Amino acid sequence: MASSFTRLISSRNTAALLASLGAGTMATGFLMSENGPLAADKKTKLYPPSSDFPDLRKHNNCMAAALTPAIYAKLRDKVTPNNWTLDQSIQTGVDNPGHPFIKTVGCVAGDEESYEVFAELFDPVIKDRHNGYDPRTMKHPTDLDSSKITNAVFDENYVLSSRVRTGRSIRGLSLPPACSRAERREVERVVVTALAGLKGDLAGRYYGLGDMTEKEQQQLIDDHFLFDKPVSPLLTCAFMARDWPDARGIWHNNEKTFLIWVNEEDHTRVISMEKGGNMKRVFERFCRGLKQVEHLIQERGWEFMWNERLGYILTCPSNLGTGLRAGVHVRLPKLSQDPRFSKILDNLRLQKRGTGGVDTAATGDTFDISNNDRLGKSEVELVQLLVDGVNHLIECEKKLEKGQDIKVPAPITQFRK
Amino acid sequence: MPFGNTHNNFKLNYKVEEEYPDLSKHNNHMAKVLTKELYGKLRDKQTPNGFTLDDVIQTGVDNPGHPFIMTVGCVAGDEESYEVFKDLLDPIISDRHNGYKATDKHKTDLNFENLKGGDDLDPAYVLSSRVRTGRSIKGFTLPPHSSRGERRGIEKLSVEALTSLDGEFKGKYYPLKSMTDAEQEQLINDHFLFDKPVSPLLTCAGMARDWPDGRGIWHNDSKTFLVWVNEEDHLRVISMQQGGNMREVFRRFCVGLQKIEEIFKKHNHGFMWNEHLGYILTCPSNLGTGLRGGVHVKLPKLSTHPKFDEILTRLRLQKRGTGGVDTASVGGVFDISNADRLGSSEVAQVQLVVDGVKLMVEMEKKLEKGEAIDSMIPAQK
Repeated sequence: MASSFTRLISSRNTAALLASLGAGTMATGFLMSENGPLAADKKTKLYPPSSDFPDLRKHNNCMAAALTPAIYAKLRDKVTPNNWTLDQSIQTGVDNPGHPFIKTVGCVAGDEESYEVFAELFDPVIKDRHNGYDPRTMKHPTDLDSSKITNAVFDENYVLSSRVRTGRSIRGLSLPPACSRAERREVERVVVTALAGLKGDLAGRYYGLGDMTEKEQQQLIDDHFLFDKPVSPLLTCAFMARDWPDARGIWHNNEKTFLIWVNEEDHTRVISMEKGGNMKRVFERFCRGLKQVEHLIQERGWEFMWNERLGYILTCPSNLGTGLRAGVHVRLPKLSQDPRFSKILDNLRLQKRGTGGVDTAATGDTFDISNNDRLGKSEVELVQLLVDGVNHLIECEKKLEKGQDIKVPAPITQFRK
Repeated sequence: MPFGNTHNNFKLNYKVEEEYPDLSKHNNHMAKVLTKELYGKLRDKQTPNGFTLDDVIQTGVDNPGHPFIMTVGCVAGDEESYEVFKDLLDPIISDRHNGYKATDKHKTDLNFENLKGGDDLDPAYVLSSRVRTGRSIKGFTLPPHSSRGERRGIEKLSVEALTSLDGEFKGKYYPLKSMTDAEQEQLINDHFLFDKPVSPLLTCAGMARDWPDGRGIWHNDSKTFLVWVNEEDHLRVISMQQGGNMREVFRRFCVGLQKIEEIFKKHNHGFMWNEHLGYILTCPSNLGTGLRGGVHVKLPKLSTHPKFDEILTRLRLQKRGTGGVDTASVGGVFDISNADRLGSSEVAQVQLVVDGVKLMVEMEKKLEKGEAIDSMIPAQK
């Protein structure tokens, strides 16, 4: 062990010297005379980080904005305990330059440790994406006490459906970009075993993507539950579609109000939903279900990935913290025509989407309205924000119906001081 | 730089059956060969560049295949892949290349003078002639595995070699990431431009990473000799022209290749080649000569003859539409090329195309006159 380490150091110096002389060809010849597993290591050093630094001049994503040659040089040869590398984290951002108007994140975590080992990249990305949240100095609050939520039963003349989603990762297993087939199957096993322990209104069933019957598949499509193999290059370039559909599946309770996706973009995506405006009940079931699932996995010695800097750890940095998107489908025929609509949403820290979800257009006058933020505010805070915001939007709509004028609300502050 | 499943040793903590892929619905060469036992035997191995078994097979796991079309389902990440994973790749190579054995030797013959005829294919029927192959540069990993630094190194060496050519080979390099709109338009009109791969067969093997970094197209001024850099292989070399003078196309092909090879050798980066597998390329289907020599030929009557497919098989030829692989024929015009790559030389394969196309054109002429062609149908070559 010691002798091979010494050999590595001395030959690394030689290779580095040759490389710096620009004698790449000679150095390659030198390497080619070596054999054995050390050659790969030395070969990596033959190409200095500057030769591998991606061309990000036409890129517009958070990774491209944060990744300098100096940071790349420092992190390129590091690995997480699961052997995940920086190049693997950023591949999706290199392959998808982005859109002039939409700033994607451009990097993913392969495991929990990625956020630590590559902190010099992930910290500025997180700051950029999450309104200045600084993981080095700030703490993220977690609060799943649904009893604190007020005024959360909406006027059903306007709100057609209510939904809350988040993700959870199983500590000790690599995330979807990095996981081996065995790890992915283990995630499925751990989660499905836990879900089988749910009772009462949460009792339900698992449908493995590879084994479901045509009839089951059709039913899941009709219920709008079925997820498909990712086609977005943002996901496929991050290696998340490997081995599809092995160990992927959908679990839902018999009442079809609590749904879990297994091994899609995260280990699990947890969704509570129902028709109508009773967001209070949706969130109550969400919190109760999450706590019960957590308890059931803990009984078997597992736990969710979480820390007080970043909250719940998920694959995409955009989902850190709460990973929570609480939203409604709401009719706002008059307000949506008002030129102040976007500004009002901005100030309320809400976003609008079409009723097909992200990247879809609104049909008619019905919008998907949800919280913008994920990190730096707790679940209770974000859901209350959404509730207050939607109530305000409905008030605006009612005012406009009566011919009255509306005011743009003051912007909500970002983080607790 | 490795992609995907780098944590190979870590995976060994799991049992074989836990890691073995579910290939029950798969129809490709890899799925036919890779049993759980073989997976267990090979999974702890890596090439010196760190390419692993899972890296080799990922594309085959992700693409179950088609009931009618047998894809290969695996790729090499470097020259050593064919050695380290020979227990998997040798049977696949045998399956794909007509029973080629692990002990067989492949003959390379790029002496165009050994080709008989080929300069007189009837241009009323043969619209264009083309020969392509691939080459990999020793000392670099292959497209599924290469880092940006390596890919750029390949590009730099290739451009140096190509821009030093003169005479009929004098030309220019167009890097994909910096070509102007006008250049792009021209290359599209010339049918030269290749695009980012969309086929999941290629993307799942990691070949589209970092696009378009390090990729480009070189062609000579007369637009008859063309090289693709860093698409599915390090280099794809194409010689082509309108009309039926396959002999000239092949001459230019051989001469150009040899000139390029000399320059690479001077830089101590010759082409990957060995006497068992011939030229080493990313996909096992392109081993040997990596050569596809073909013509676009008008065969409206022959192509509807019930024995057309059998004639092709006996001549060791295959048909494609004029858009290339996986396209349909338009107006009775077919792309006819050699079916084999490994186990016969370049000269032999082009000879089959020349002789076979000549025969089929004569058959077409007979059918035009309302005569039968049964006596002309050849024996299996």
